Amino acid sequence: MSDLPLSFSKVSYAVGATPILRDVDLVVRAGAPTFIIGPNGSGKSTLLRFAMGLIAPTSGMIDWNGSRDPAPRRRAIVFQHPVLLRRSVAANLTYALDQAGVEKSKQDGRCAQLLELVGLLDLADRPARRLSGGERQKLAFARALARTPELLILDEPTASLDPSATLALEQLITTAAREGIKILMASHDLGQVRRLAGDIVFLHRGRILEVASAKDFFEQPRSAQASAFLRGDLITED
Amino acid sequence: MMEGSGALQLVLSGDPALYAVVRLSLVVSLSAVAVAALIGMPLGGLIALTRFPGRAGVIVLLNAFMGLPPVVVGLAVFLLLSRSGPLGAWGLLFTPTAMVMAQAVLITPIIAALTRQSVEDLWSEYRDELNAMGVGPFQRLLTLLYDARIALVTVLLAGFGRAAAEVGAVMIVGGNINGFTRVMTTAIALETSKGDLPLAMGLGLILIIIVFAMNASAWGLRLYAERRIG
Ligand SMILES: Nc1ncnc2c1ncn2[C@@H]1O[C@H](COP(=O)(O)OP(=O)(O)O)[C@@H](O)[C@H]1O
Ligand SMILES: [Mg+2]
Repeated sequence: MSDLPLSFSKVSYAVGATPILRDVDLVVRAGAPTFIIGPNGSGKSTLLRFAMGLIAPTSGMIDWNGSRDPAPRRRAIVFQHPVLLRRSVAANLTYALDQAGVEKSKQDGRCAQLLELVGLLDLADRPARRLSGGERQKLAFARALARTPELLILDEPTASLDPSATLALEQLITTAAREGIKILMASHDLGQVRRLAGDIVFLHRGRILEVASAKDFFEQPRSAQASAFLRGDLITED
Repeated sequence: MMEGSGALQLVLSGDPALYAVVRLSLVVSLSAVAVAALIGMPLGGLIALTRFPGRAGVIVLLNAFMGLPPVVVGLAVFLLLSRSGPLGAWGLLFTPTAMVMAQAVLITPIIAALTRQSVEDLWSEYRDELNAMGVGPFQRLLTLLYDARIALVTVLLAGFGRAAAEVGAVMIVGGNINGFTRVMTTAIALETSKGDLPLAMGLGLILIIIVFAMNASAWGLRLYAERRIG
């Protein structure tokens, strides 16, 4: 059972009378990381919540490899502010492994493997809610990997981290991508986007204005808003 | 003054009859907390996590039931258990079991209402993460009850405080029978009316100490757990 390709067709979302996403058409396929970029409030997080199946569109539809059942199969998400369970670091992981259907006898081994990967093995018995910001993101990342995802959705995972924690997380992301996990990630850090992105989806006021390879997007953005965004202007006009 | 020191002497003397009363109080109220927790916690969690018509009404009712007058609860359980009542054949009236039942009825709404609030608050925090992990409804309930465990200790304590302090319900269904259904609160009421103030004060002192000790240890547990669990 695969979750890819993920397709949005004519997806719109409004809260009350306020439109948040408008007529989004997008297909996310296996391959290099796809980055959702755009100014604050442009709808990046909302789009990722749709991709994860956490909310239902007001109109239009979303499917994962043809299935419209929003229950997560081979996908996982790391939120910008991950919520960790009130348990130890290791218990957070075994919980996720359990939910992902990993046999009890294999959970401890897999848990240690994941903690090792993200560099939290020494903190296995710490209460998860006492971790630092960078450690939290690493644990949330490991928890997402516990689902052995094909599609890994990341919502500005480094937004509040210092440079060394950002670097550590970017390395984890690169490794995951190299192992064939499709990354769908929101970011407004253009340096990071240059370092990691294969394709770019540029969102502005709830609309997709551009879908392009990272190279094309940075060399010749097609919309005035994207050019302004790349120059670092504050874009306010439609 | 005289009465005060008499009370203290009684407490310190370890009078067996006095301690039988204290022990029964603890057994009855702790059993009532256990029964009420077994019913109230899952019920509160269920109400927190499900949507059904009339849910708002149920929540208002549950919150209102937190203030049930003990004598009314006692009367209702009395009618249920009396010879001609629906459960009269069980022959439980004027037994400790009846007292447990009455106190359990009294505090189940407290435990259910406070649990509902805790679980609902935690759910709003956990919803996205649990949905993203594909957690099913039953596991969701267990997870939230477990992760709300620090708050739930306080909930149990609120139930215990209410049960241990009430006099009306146990008086009506227990009958304050010496050596059999006499607990601290009913003994205090009786001894005060008989004029044996030292005994009444001694019992009052013990009751306060127990409630205080329970609260202090729950507070300590909470501090410890918050440091351990976050
Ligand atoms: N549930 C909601 N109710 C009201 N407004 C919302 C809701 N969710 C998102 N929004 C609004 O939609 C816009 C897009 O939000 P978001 O997807 O979080 O943007 P981004 O992640 O790009 O910063 C914002 O203006 C936000 O305030
Ligand atoms: Mg966002």
